[in-house]
Amino acid sequence: MRFLFKTDYEDDIKLFPHSGYVVTYGVLLALLLIAPYVLSSYLMSQLVFVCIYATVGVALLILTGFTGQASLGHAAFLAIGAYTAAYLQKYNVPFPVYFLAAGLLTGIIGAMVGFPALRLTGIYLVIATISFALIVEEILARWESVTHGNEGMRVKTLSLLGVAVPRDSPTFYYLCLAVLVLTIVGTLNLLRSPTGRAFVAIRDSETAARSMGVNVALYKVKSFAISAAITGFAGVLFAHKLSFISPEMFTLQLSIEFIIVILIGGTFSLHGAVLGAIFIVMIDPFLTYLKDDMPGIIAGVAAAFGAGTATAGNIEAKVAAFASLNGLKGAIYGIIIVLFVLFEPLGLYGRWLKIKLFFQLFPLYKRATFKRQKIYVKSERNR
Amino acid sequence: MLDFVQQLVSGVALGCVYGLIALGFVLVYKATEVVNFAQGDLMMLGGFFAFTFIGMMGLNYWIGFAGAVAAMALFGMLAERVVVRPILGYPQFSIIMVTIGLGYFLRSVAGMIWGTDDLKIETPFSQGVLRVGSLVLAYDKLSVIAATMILCTLLWLFFNKTTLGTAMRASSENMLAAYYMGIPVKRVVSVVWAISAAVATCAGVLLAPITFIHSNVGLVLGLKAFPAAVLGGFGSIPGAVVGGVLIGVIESMAGFYLPEGWKDVAPYIVLLTVLLLKPEGLFGLHVRKKV
Repeated sequence: MRFLFKTDYEDDIKLFPHSGYVVTYGVLLALLLIAPYVLSSYLMSQLVFVCIYATVGVALLILTGFTGQASLGHAAFLAIGAYTAAYLQKYNVPFPVYFLAAGLLTGIIGAMVGFPALRLTGIYLVIATISFALIVEEILARWESVTHGNEGMRVKTLSLLGVAVPRDSPTFYYLCLAVLVLTIVGTLNLLRSPTGRAFVAIRDSETAARSMGVNVALYKVKSFAISAAITGFAGVLFAHKLSFISPEMFTLQLSIEFIIVILIGGTFSLHGAVLGAIFIVMIDPFLTYLKDDMPGIIAGVAAAFGAGTATAGNIEAKVAAFASLNGLKGAIYGIIIVLFVLFEPLGLYGRWLKIKLFFQLFPLYKRATFKRQKIYVKSERNR
Repeated sequence: MLDFVQQLVSGVALGCVYGLIALGFVLVYKATEVVNFAQGDLMMLGGFFAFTFIGMMGLNYWIGFAGAVAAMALFGMLAERVVVRPILGYPQFSIIMVTIGLGYFLRSVAGMIWGTDDLKIETPFSQGVLRVGSLVLAYDKLSVIAATMILCTLLWLFFNKTTLGTAMRASSENMLAAYYMGIPVKRVVSVVWAISAAVATCAGVLLAPITFIHSNVGLVLGLKAFPAAVLGGFGSIPGAVVGGVLIGVIESMAGFYLPEGWKDVAPYIVLLTVLLLKPEGLFGLHVRKKV
C-alpha cells in the first residue's frame, strides 16, 4: 500500500497525486488512440456515443454532483446545441465558429435558467428544469422557420478546415475524444480552483457557504452556465453523429438517461460520468445480445440438467417469447435504477473504490466505511 | 359566452383529475418528504385494474371501482415497503430517482400485460348530458368534479379531525419526534402510501371515459400534475385541488383562445412564473431556515 505524504497545499490539489496515475491514464489514452484500428465499426460508433454521453455526464456532474443542483432538463441544452449547429451550418458557417457559438448560446440560456433556480431547492428545482425542457421541446416543434418543426433537420457532414470528416471516420472519433478529454481536464482544473471549492461548499451547506463569504447566487448561475455550455458542445457532436435531428429525440426520457449516467457511474467523481456513459451506451447492445442468445443458453442448461429435448425446446420457445415482449427493456431500465439507488448508491466508481480498498486493507476492510448516513430529523421544507 | 362556460367546465373537469393526482403527490410529500414521480403511473395502473375488473371480468361498475381502489391501496403499501422505506432519510435526489425507476417499471409492465392499445371502461356516466338552458354538460365531466369534491372533503376531514390524520401530520413535521411520541411512523407512512394510491386510482377510473387508458397516460398527466401541486404549494391538500383546477382551466382556455401549441406549454409557463414570483405557492407556508 502506498502512503501519500502531503507537505503543502500544492500537493493536495495535484492533478496526478502520484506517478501511478500518469502511467494508468497514459496507457488508457494510448489504448483509446489505437482503438479505431482494432475495434469493429459498430463498436467504434458506440464508443463515439460513450464520448458524447460522458461529456454530458461531466457537465451534469458539475451541476448536480458538485454544486448540488439537480437538473432533469439537460436534454434541452443538448437540443439547443444541436439545433444551433444545424442552423448555422445551413449558412456555411465553419465548424469551429458554430461549435463555439453553440456552447456560448447554451451557456447564456443556462445562466438564464440559473437565475430563477436561485430561489429553488430540491424538488422545486427538478420540476422547474423539467418544465424548461418541456417548453424547449415544444418550441423546437413549433418554430418551423428555424427548426423545421417535427420534420426535423438534416445535418451535413462535418467539415474541419476544408476536410470532410464523415460521422463514422476515425477522425470524428478523435474529435469527440478530444472534446471529452479537454472537458474532463478543464473540469478537474475548475474543481480545484476557488470556483470549484465554492461549488462544493454550496452543495454541502448553502448557509455555511454564505457565511464563509461565498456569493451563492453568482456561483449557482456560473455552475448552470458552465454545465449548459459543455452540454451544448456535446450537442454539436451529437447532431453530427446522428446526422438528423428532430424534437422527439430530446425528450424527458433523454434527460432521465443523462441522470442515470451519473447515478450509475457515481455522483462524487468524474470517473462516474465515464463509467455511467459506458454502461448506458452498452446496455442496449448487451440486452439485444441477451435477447438473441439467452433462450438457447437456458435451453442448453435445461437439457444438461436432464430435461428432454421436447421440454428444452419448449423452454427455449417460452424464454424467446418473453424476451421479445414489448417494453421489457423499459422494465429492466426501471429495475436497474431502483437497484442502484437502493444497493449501490455510490455507483460503479464507488464499487471500484470498495474493491480497491478491500484489497489494500485486506483483511481489515469494514463495510461500514462506505455506509450512508440517514437523516430523519431535517425536513427539507424548512430549509 | 357559451363557449367560455363550456370551456370552463371541461377545464375544471380536467383540472380535477390533475388535482387528484396532485393530491397524491401532496399526501406522500406531506408525510414523508418523498416526491413520488410514479404517482401518474399509479393512476394508470389503477385504471388498468378497474378495466380488468369491469371490462374483462364483467363486474358491476361500483364493485369493480371499489375492488380496484382496494387492490391499488395494497399495491401502494407494497411499493412503499419494497422501494421507498429502505431509502427514507437519504437525500431527496435518490428518492426522486427511485420513484422515476418505479414509474419506468410500472409503465413497461403495464404495457406488457395489457398491451399498448387504448382501453375504455363503460361507466354509468359515459353517455348522457345535462342541459342547462343552451348549455350542454356531459355527465362524465360532472362526475369527475363531484367525485373530486367528495374525496377532497373526506381527506380534509380525515387529516384534521381523526387521530390517525393528526399522527400523519405530526410525522410529516418531524419523523423522529413523532416516533418519540409513540406514533408508529412506519405504519403511518404505509397508510399514507395506500391512501395516495387509492386517490390515484379514483383519478384513473374517473378519467377513463374522458381520455382512454393506455400505458403512457400516467406520464403525460403526472407531468401536468406537477404544476398543479406547485401552484398550490406542495404541502397543502386544498391547494393541490385548487392548483389542479387552475391548471386545467388555463390549459383548456389556452387551447381554445390561443394559437396551436400554447395548450401544452401554458401550464409550464404558469409553473415557472409561480416559482419565480412566489416559490411557496398559493397555499404554502413560508418557513425560514434555522441553522
